[in-house]
Amino acid sequence: MQEFFQQLANGIAWGSIYALIALGYTMVYGILRLINFAHGDVYMVGAFAAYFLARALGVGTVVSASPLVAAVVLLGSMIVCAALGMLIELLAYRPVRKSSRITALITAIGVSLFLENFGILVFGADPKFFPQVIAPRTITLPGGVLVTNHQITVVLVSLCLMVGLTLFIHRTRTGKAMRAVAFHRDAASLMGINTDITYTFAIGSALAAAAGVLVGLTNPKIEPLMGIMPGIKAFVAAVLGGIGSIPGAMIGGLIMGISEYMVVGYISSTYRDAIAFVILIIVLLIKPAGLLGRNVAEKV
Amino acid sequence: MIRTPRIFVPILVLLALMGALVSCAKHEAEIKVGEFGSLTGSTATFGISSKNGIELFVDNLNAQGGIGGKKIHVLVEDDQSKPEEAATAVNKLIAQDGVVAMLGEVASSRSLAAAPICQNSGVPMISPSSTNPKVTEIGDNIFRVCYIDPFQGMVIAKFAKNTQHFTKGAIFRDNKNDYSVGLANYFTESFKGMGGTIVADEAYSEGDQDFKAQLTNIKGKKPEFIFVPGYYTEVGLIARQARELGITVPLLGGDGWVSERLLEIAQDALNGSYFVNHYWEQDPNPAVQGFVQNYRKRYNSTPDGLAALAYDAAGVLTNALQQLQQSDPKAFETLSGPPNADQKAARAKLRDLIAHTHEYPGVTGKITLDEHRNAVKPAVFLGIKDRAYTFVATVEP
Repeated sequence: MQEFFQQLANGIAWGSIYALIALGYTMVYGILRLINFAHGDVYMVGAFAAYFLARALGVGTVVSASPLVAAVVLLGSMIVCAALGMLIELLAYRPVRKSSRITALITAIGVSLFLENFGILVFGADPKFFPQVIAPRTITLPGGVLVTNHQITVVLVSLCLMVGLTLFIHRTRTGKAMRAVAFHRDAASLMGINTDITYTFAIGSALAAAAGVLVGLTNPKIEPLMGIMPGIKAFVAAVLGGIGSIPGAMIGGLIMGISEYMVVGYISSTYRDAIAFVILIIVLLIKPAGLLGRNVAEKV
Repeated sequence: MIRTPRIFVPILVLLALMGALVSCAKHEAEIKVGEFGSLTGSTATFGISSKNGIELFVDNLNAQGGIGGKKIHVLVEDDQSKPEEAATAVNKLIAQDGVVAMLGEVASSRSLAAAPICQNSGVPMISPSSTNPKVTEIGDNIFRVCYIDPFQGMVIAKFAKNTQHFTKGAIFRDNKNDYSVGLANYFTESFKGMGGTIVADEAYSEGDQDFKAQLTNIKGKKPEFIFVPGYYTEVGLIARQARELGITVPLLGGDGWVSERLLEIAQDALNGSYFVNHYWEQDPNPAVQGFVQNYRKRYNSTPDGLAALAYDAAGVLTNALQQLQQSDPKAFETLSGPPNADQKAARAKLRDLIAHTHEYPGVTGKITLDEHRNAVKPAVFLGIKDRAYTFVATVEP
């Protein structure tokens, strides 16, 4: 039983990261009907931005690890990626906004490949060791389950960001505008809402950056192609939860994380990646719109 | 439609002509040797160490006048740590550059992708450090200057069973990697043969970041050690995550651990663990110390086991070339000229000379190639203590 709870705890920590990435997918899709395949690569850029920021601050040499430094690194990386997200939207997606859906999709794949190879060129293809912005510590939970303070940070930061995002979308004017565009683009445009919503990309990319930093913290090995697999899995998580639905993305991410751990724990580690797609197929067969994706659901 | 300005065409033609002239001018008397390796990608230090080792040897030889007055020119291609790129790199080196021999790779998966191409083109290939037995089984043109995995697996099993008196082991292998799967199997066979039991056999895939699920399973089985026959990138993370889950038993590993990056990623997590290497940098043997000093002077780092093996691979190849120059100067002459029809026979002669390598004095020990084109050499056991390597034992074959 202890083993089960250990797997569960690790699965939740890992799933929170998928959930953060999935949120970005779901937001962009909900509002612009675009599957932003470059999202996983923005996550990679986020990890690298944090890597360079932490080193510039002198983590490990001049500055010792502390929550304050970690917060600076996290916010800095989120800002860098928010800017990157806006830039990608401006240069790559806005010009094809009026073209067919498939054009935008191919453009997204192009941006993804560009970012990956740009990463190899600029950062180098060999894995880098992510600086320890928070000193690692192991904590024993009741029942003998061991977690690290990093994992707890991951879950807490993810939770805060998700709650913050939900509040933003439901309580602010900008959030209202985003919901309006998601609901009916042309009608929203007629009401005088600016439908070129670049901050959707900014927010989505900032969330991906946060996920990148959190992954660097728990699994301190980062490389330019690290975004491909988590990107795909988070996409599956978003579809699983019902793409366009924010709570759906969170639930989808957690399901993915936990089920991965359970598959490895109780079936076989070989099927770890396959299970993501098996779950996806089953859910889509039973509920084609995803777990929380209803036709009348708010699409944000 | 945008039209290409007319001016571009003559410029392009001019550039192409200049390129052709430059490559013509380069056809002076030199012997072209190909090298493919992972200069970038997940196992980049493998390729970089190997490249440095070969470069050090060849530059030294060229500075002393080369072979019979002819310089060795090593053409290096990066395979990005991917088997399919290794095949592309080797194809290019043979078809386009016309190399007479090939050096590479470290990873067995990549050597296995390249070996059939070398075999079919009749280009002798020497792998410095691919230990999977299948590599040289591809054909009679494929050689290696390191020991093979059945030996490595047996040595680690012996160390676990007889030296450390462990009876219950766990295995954590990389399922995507020929080397890792092979080594895990040979280890299991030997360890069970000595009366040990394997309580858990889990797997991961190269590039994974999270290993806690498998490690939790392993922890539940309470092994006395965990054998991780993977590459350094993942091993570092595995060690950290094992410690985070409260697993305190030592980790054992093979030569895939050899990298300066290993301890950078693992930090203190590998203290008390052991692995097999090909040589020991503090070996008092003057040849080894000379190599280590020259390497340090040039690259500002300590050569790892893979750099030493690459240095020896270049040594074995040039040794054969030297013999060819003495025994058959005409054949040697053809090899240094532009690609021509006689080169095939000359390469076959070179192949035979490599096959007869006997007691070549390398920095990783005396190299003699057996009838299966493998080197028979001792393995060196290293321990990790306070983030530094310590010598444990040398195991003779």
